[in-house]
Amino acid sequence: MSSPQSSDSSRPQGHFDAPETIQQPKLNFVGYLRFFWRQLTSMRTALFLLLLLAIAAIPGSLVPQVSSDPNGVIQYKANNPGIAPILDKLQVFTTYSSVWFSAIYLLLFISLIGCVIPRTKHHFDALRARPPRTPARLQRLEGFTARSATGDAATAVLVARDLLRKQGYRTEVYEDSVSAERGYLRETGNLVFHTALIGVLVTVGIGGGFGYTGQRVVVEGYAMTNTLASYDSFNPGRFFTDAALEPYSIALDTFVPTYEEQNLDALGQPTDFVANVTTTLRGGEPQKATIKVNEPLNIGGTDVFLLGNGYAPVVTVRDPDGNVVFSQPTACLPQDANLRSNCIIKIPDGLAQQVGMIGFFYPTAAPMADGTLISSYPDTINPVLSLFMYTGDLGLDNGQGTNAYALSLDNLTQIVGADSGTPAIQLRPGDKADLPDGLGSIELTSVPRFVSLDIHHDPAQLWVLLFAVLVVAGLVTSLFIPRRRVWVKAAQNDDGTLSLEYAGLARGDDPGLDAAVAEFADRHTDQLGLKVGP
Amino acid sequence: MTDTLVQFSTVAVYSAMAIYALAFIMFTLDLSRRVAVVAAPAAAEIAAASANGYTTVLEKDAPAEPKAKTPRYLRAAMALTVIAWVLHVGAAVFRGVAAGRVPWANMFEFTLTATAIIIGVFLAVQFWQDLRFIGAFVTGFVLIALGVATVNFYVDVVPLPPSLQSAWLVIHVFVASLGTGFFALGAALSVVQLLQARRAAGKAARLRFLDTLPAADKLENMAYRMIVVGFVFWTFTLIAGAIWANRAWGRYWGWDTKEVWTFIIWTIFAGYIHARATRGWRGSRSAWLAIIGFTAVVFNFTIVNLFFKGLHAYSGL
Repeated sequence: MSSPQSSDSSRPQGHFDAPETIQQPKLNFVGYLRFFWRQLTSMRTALFLLLLLAIAAIPGSLVPQVSSDPNGVIQYKANNPGIAPILDKLQVFTTYSSVWFSAIYLLLFISLIGCVIPRTKHHFDALRARPPRTPARLQRLEGFTARSATGDAATAVLVARDLLRKQGYRTEVYEDSVSAERGYLRETGNLVFHTALIGVLVTVGIGGGFGYTGQRVVVEGYAMTNTLASYDSFNPGRFFTDAALEPYSIALDTFVPTYEEQNLDALGQPTDFVANVTTTLRGGEPQKATIKVNEPLNIGGTDVFLLGNGYAPVVTVRDPDGNVVFSQPTACLPQDANLRSNCIIKIPDGLAQQVGMIGFFYPTAAPMADGTLISSYPDTINPVLSLFMYTGDLGLDNGQGTNAYALSLDNLTQIVGADSGTPAIQLRPGDKADLPDGLGSIELTSVPRFVSLDIHHDPAQLWVLLFAVLVVAGLVTSLFIPRRRVWVKAAQNDDGTLSLEYAGLARGDDPGLDAAVAEFADRHTDQLGLKVGP
Repeated sequence: MTDTLVQFSTVAVYSAMAIYALAFIMFTLDLSRRVAVVAAPAAAEIAAASANGYTTVLEKDAPAEPKAKTPRYLRAAMALTVIAWVLHVGAAVFRGVAAGRVPWANMFEFTLTATAIIIGVFLAVQFWQDLRFIGAFVTGFVLIALGVATVNFYVDVVPLPPSLQSAWLVIHVFVASLGTGFFALGAALSVVQLLQARRAAGKAARLRFLDTLPAADKLENMAYRMIVVGFVFWTFTLIAGAIWANRAWGRYWGWDTKEVWTFIIWTIFAGYIHARATRGWRGSRSAWLAIIGFTAVVFNFTIVNLFFKGLHAYSGL
């Protein structure tokens, strides 16, 4: 609209529309800073960020996360080659540490801090202030109640003040009225809640920074030590140093699972896992202990969790002269509830060629109609180890680390199993078999169990808990303690009677205010011993 | 022995469902009766006007008269709900005794117990506030949930896996279902609030029964009170779950899918509570948040349990 004179006939004559451009006050740099700070700390922005955080958390539940399901991520990338690189670029596989997710919650917490600090100051002032002056017209306020009585106004006011004080009100007498306020704890609780949330975030960060987690597979009869080299995988925090590792050792004596044997609906379902261990702290005596699911072992400032278990068959391989070239347990990865497990055995040295084996271990082997084996029970009732065998280059000589639980078949030739012409070697404990091509012999010596232990050190754990408890305590106080003001006014009438007025003001949600005012009016008039009138 | 108890439980749950169905019908009939209540004074007015020749005699207290009459359907509906609830609780108790543990270790049992708690909260709240008008919503929801549970989620009694053998199973899951109960009532009230707001805006003219229900702002306050209680329980669930996760899985928070959704729900309801203190968000917008929040709760329990991969794989399916 170019002309300021309105062309709209419905407008009164001589009406001028406001010019199109709104005259903004000129802001300098500090002015802009202040403007953005105000925007950021406003309730509307906080609400927006809160809801944005809820939405931003969703993708991480739809796509596997590196932190909780690394294998799932690899599989997802293999299955979705088209979209995976894009998701990777957007950090969707690490949603909860991604730039955008972090940005949202950091802005939210900055907004929170910007809100909490001035409120704390305001609340601190309020705590020291006296209840405000009684409003002139109580009729307009909530729960207004009028009573008439005989007597002296000043006495009535003092009686009201004492009663209110007894109910936990802070009171102030203004002439012929008393002004009272209670429920300061509501705001205190609110501030505690929000501050404790900041506390949780900070302590979680500190714990993650100075703590560490490590995983280690331990076979029955073997031990692990709490040193960096001993771990199968290790995730240190940002500020981790080796000094944080308290030296100790844990030896797995026995692992005793219990499986359901009575209930046919749940046959073979585990009902208990117990790892009997011997622990030794540096310079200490060996001590017996147990680790169970839900009952971690606390040792040397760490918690040791029992996360997984399975079988670790001990395979002994001899060369044609009968010399042992390989004899050690191999932890096999369980594939199903009945612990059918996959084993990878690599023998780079000692035989005429490098030998790799893929084993399938069945704790209770049962043949299917087509001759293939399955496991029908997780305990070792009829254990069978079935082996495929390969010769060639295992790929271990180039100095790069390889996955111990996978065999790269690229440079290998199958000599046992499948299309190789030689049927798979099947061994029961104690069985021996010759390897083809005169390579030597193989024996299944024994089948011990293994456990996978998770070792955690989180120095801030108790602080997180403390702040979490404060979160709940603050929340309950801030939601359920009513903050209210109550006024009682007494006016002496010309005929000597007394007009009493009561009213309240809710500060925040307060469903019981009307009832509280009415109840107070009853008590007060009772206390005065005066006749209650309309 | 176990089989007999399980049979008792099954019979009780089917009986409860049949009676809930009757209660649902009664609650619905009561809603239609409310239409008549609203219509009646209008008709009476017209009749009175034509009889004595006056044109506009607005008898303000006319609706009070039919109200004084016993709302027969409503009383029947409430009585049926109580009977069904007793059977329902019995079914949960039998199931628990049969299994020798708390009856919420898989999806079927959790649905059975959580719906009993929803009805329990609904009945208990009546002592404090008359919320019988959401009876149709509540019994309808519970009936559908029980139907899905018995047909699709049913599993036989099996022993607890080691990871569930913890006192936290009792605390964490029970408080979670308490929270769910309050969120359900809050969502029901918010739905009515939205309808009421539409009617006040001149829309939804055909939903005349709304005139017998509290106004939108009153409903909003009631919903708010339900949801803040639910929110406290949910916060506790989150923290208790973290403590349990720390003992069972070795970390208190790991962004497991279930943890993510519990967090999302917490955030939505935190947003709801803040929305009420934000200008422009009171009223219908916050009501939508309450409904979205409860939808997320249902989503978390059904879709996340069944189709998302995660550590909370206890559906037994």
